[in-house]
Amino acid sequence: MGVFEPIIELSKGLGEVLRSFLFEKTVTYQYPEEKRPVRPRFRGRHVLNRYDNGLEKCIGCSLCAAACPSDAIFVEASENTDEKRFSPGERYASTYEINMLRCIYCGFCEDACPTEAITLGDNYELTFTDRKQALYTKDMLLEPVRATEMLTPQKTEPGVFTRSVPEMKNPTD
Amino acid sequence: MSKQVTITINGKQVQVPDGSGLVDAAKLAGVDIPVFCHHPKLEPAGMCRMCLVEIGRPMLDPKTKEPIMENGAPKIQYLPKLETACTNRVSEGMVVLTQSEKAKAGQYSTLEFLLTSHPLDCPICDKGGECSLQDLTMRHGPGKTRFNFDEKKHFEKPIPLGDLIYLDRERCIHCARCVRFQDQIAGEPVLDFEDRGRGMQIVSISDPEFDSVFSGNTSDLCPVGALTTADFRFGARPWELQAEASICTQCPVGCNLTLNTRREVKVGGEVVVKRVMPRQNEEVNEIWICDKGRFGHHYTESKKRLVKPFIRKDDKLVRASWDAATKLAGENFAAAKKNFVVLAGGRLSNEDLFNLKSLADHAGGTALLYSDMGGGELTQLVGVGAGTNLANLGQGDAILVVASDLYEEAPIWWLRVKQAADRGATLIVVNPRETKLDRFATSTIRYEYGEETKALAEFSKKGKVADEFAKAKNAIIFFGSEGLGLSGTSGLASACATLLQETGHTGRANNGLIGVWPRANDQGAFEIGFQPEADLDKALKGKSVYIVGADPVGDDPILAKALSGAKFVAVQELLETATTEIADVVFPAQAFTEREGTYTSGERRVQRFYAAVAPKGDSKPDFAITSLVAKQMGIILEGSSASVVFDILSHSVDAFAELSYARLAETKPQWPIVGRGDMYYGGTTYENTKGLGIQLIPTAQTEGTVRIPKVRKEAALHPKEKEFLAVPINQLYDLGVMCASAELLEKHIGTATVRVHSSSAQKIGVEAGQMVKLSFDGLDGEALLKVDDTVPVGVALVPRSMGLAIHEPLVGSLQLRSQSGKGK
Repeated sequence: MGVFEPIIELSKGLGEVLRSFLFEKTVTYQYPEEKRPVRPRFRGRHVLNRYDNGLEKCIGCSLCAAACPSDAIFVEASENTDEKRFSPGERYASTYEINMLRCIYCGFCEDACPTEAITLGDNYELTFTDRKQALYTKDMLLEPVRATEMLTPQKTEPGVFTRSVPEMKNPTD
Repeated sequence: MSKQVTITINGKQVQVPDGSGLVDAAKLAGVDIPVFCHHPKLEPAGMCRMCLVEIGRPMLDPKTKEPIMENGAPKIQYLPKLETACTNRVSEGMVVLTQSEKAKAGQYSTLEFLLTSHPLDCPICDKGGECSLQDLTMRHGPGKTRFNFDEKKHFEKPIPLGDLIYLDRERCIHCARCVRFQDQIAGEPVLDFEDRGRGMQIVSISDPEFDSVFSGNTSDLCPVGALTTADFRFGARPWELQAEASICTQCPVGCNLTLNTRREVKVGGEVVVKRVMPRQNEEVNEIWICDKGRFGHHYTESKKRLVKPFIRKDDKLVRASWDAATKLAGENFAAAKKNFVVLAGGRLSNEDLFNLKSLADHAGGTALLYSDMGGGELTQLVGVGAGTNLANLGQGDAILVVASDLYEEAPIWWLRVKQAADRGATLIVVNPRETKLDRFATSTIRYEYGEETKALAEFSKKGKVADEFAKAKNAIIFFGSEGLGLSGTSGLASACATLLQETGHTGRANNGLIGVWPRANDQGAFEIGFQPEADLDKALKGKSVYIVGADPVGDDPILAKALSGAKFVAVQELLETATTEIADVVFPAQAFTEREGTYTSGERRVQRFYAAVAPKGDSKPDFAITSLVAKQMGIILEGSSASVVFDILSHSVDAFAELSYARLAETKPQWPIVGRGDMYYGGTTYENTKGLGIQLIPTAQTEGTVRIPKVRKEAALHPKEKEFLAVPINQLYDLGVMCASAELLEKHIGTATVRVHSSSAQKIGVEAGQMVKLSFDGLDGEALLKVDDTVPVGVALVPRSMGLAIHEPLVGSLQLRSQSGKGK
């Protein structure tokens, strides 16, 4: 083994570092300033979706709670009226709570939902400083609206929103 | 035992009773034939076509009527088409294939057809999870439909059918279970079909709509979510509910209940009773309950519930600790000695009453039952024998109902007595006015109010019906308190008991006397030694009174005055009442949903109820509070466990000898099979896994003939011209604390009404719907006048527990209220 051999090896290595530093794109994300995009089927924090007119998709059927393997979801339903309508049809969720400490993000709730009301979103930033904060209520889970008149409850025309479960298409992604 | 025949179901030979329906026979043999319209308690209808099976019958030689043999076995002939199992009765040699390809195809197609127009809104349907259509589709049906969704029938979503039941016509599969229940079981055909084909729908044909106190049962029977109750509307999904066994506290029938509970956000995450369902007990309520039992439970969650003990300080009730409250009561009761009075109501359990009676006995005081109805010592002597089941009465048996409107007082007894009459039992209704039971009676006897014993005596002397009663294999008498006070009912009970003993109808099962008591556990109070008191105001004046489960101040101004003159008043109650307002000490008690215990029904059946929800606030069970008070008086009573109190009770009271909680929890297989696994067959009624209860043995059953105490009869009152005889009657939905808190029932309760004959109303110049002033001896009040020609002339019917303080018949006058205010 010569004297120069280690120096050559060292230079090779340093050269690689220099090359990648100068010519390669970095893979590091400057989290939290910069966020890495999630995969299409990523399962993050739940979102309760709305229809375009702002009505809630959730009809309070509690099937998500039934499907939940960790008993993280609690739903209580009440009756819609045309004066105070939250969702299409007769029934809406007056209480909707998910205990994020219990949730295992399996996505069964999504599968069980007959109206595609609950989906697991992109948000993975869940931190709590006490257990009560881990209880996400309906207001926290509901999708934000673009305009205040889209907030629920809404006053609607009688006889328009009579069906709870919309006709659905197969998922495309 | 009826004749047995041998049939072959799916290759298995089974013995079944001859003439039974094929679906029931198969069920008995353990083979499930899917059904929607068939129900073991209803006549077959063949409406849904779900039970299609292949049926083969042995070919008979036309000459000899003997089966034709082929290869050593009878030759079986199948019809070319499938047959409905529900409308076929079993016969010797029948061969049934329920699982053949042909039968399965038939069942599959029926389901596919039923689903062509079903809205499939299971996610929001209250029946989802306990729905026969769901279950049977999963078991027998298609996963897909070939029909066009656009052609589904669409109706306006739920329409109210009466104010307790909602009807969703889209979901209805036209099985007619509800229609047939109302017609055949309840005897009130208030539902029917309208239109034909796909437009066919259920309608109510009564005014007011769905006028029946059994309406809730139709939602249990409904195999889909077409009939749901207003009370449980979107309350919870069935699979989320916990179930606990209980006993109804609304009347002396003692219907077995299941309380379905769940956490609720509205009350801060506490477990609450979401709905009340019937629990099968074929000897008590079968699989039915009345609407009062089903919807009346809300008082246990009323905002007026007492949650802390109170003590009166400077004329104000202030919160106190249990120690301070029981100490104050104990000291006063101990000081009172002979002037200590326990006044207990009939809603209390046997354990509570036993501790109260023990306390009164040890302290040297008296124990009084708060009731207008006497005769409890006679039901102990000649009450119905152990093993009594109204369902066993039929042809050759007799039932006599005297001075009671069973429909209003004990609806499930009404229903079962009616069914006994349907089976051929002689039903004799002895009542001063027409009641709903008259329609089913073999004979009705009218008497003038106050002449009930005379009427009974005359009846027993002569006539065909009297003979039928005397010669009946079994006979039961129900006696009530229609138009009678304490002395009247005691006299009537004595007359009934004498009649039963003279005709030899005592001391056996299905024979004896039943009291239609105003409250659930009055019978238990009599067993334990409580007695009602005629001059209650005198008995309370100047005494130290311990009132438990009663509201004398709210009921009667005379008693209010007597109690204001009492030395010391301690009140133990569930809810704030007028009596708790005047009390010196108030103890909060637990409701029947929050604790365990036992009740004794009118048929003297001791039944257990269990704790379903957590107690409210600091409340304690009644027997435990009594034990705490007793401790302060230096008397030791068991107060920690209801079952131990019951053990002591069973050792102290002869009637309860050898009973224990374990024995009361025993069950046995019942027919028809109902429950969670068999909802398609029996409806959503719960199976009984927590005890059928045990009937007490009446003295006559052990000793034969008993001496029946004669009761001195007070002369009947006869009003003068222009005067009225006001008589108390009982109505189902009243303002009692156990009913008034249920919002749903408010409309049914209404305001206090006085009912008179139209000619009587004319005489005093008052029209129906006007407010009248009542001034009778000891009764002053105002009520809405209702004209009812079934009321005898010169009589005014005054309902009990409706704010009018009537205990017994009174003579006085009615007049138009001075402001001449029209009724609302």
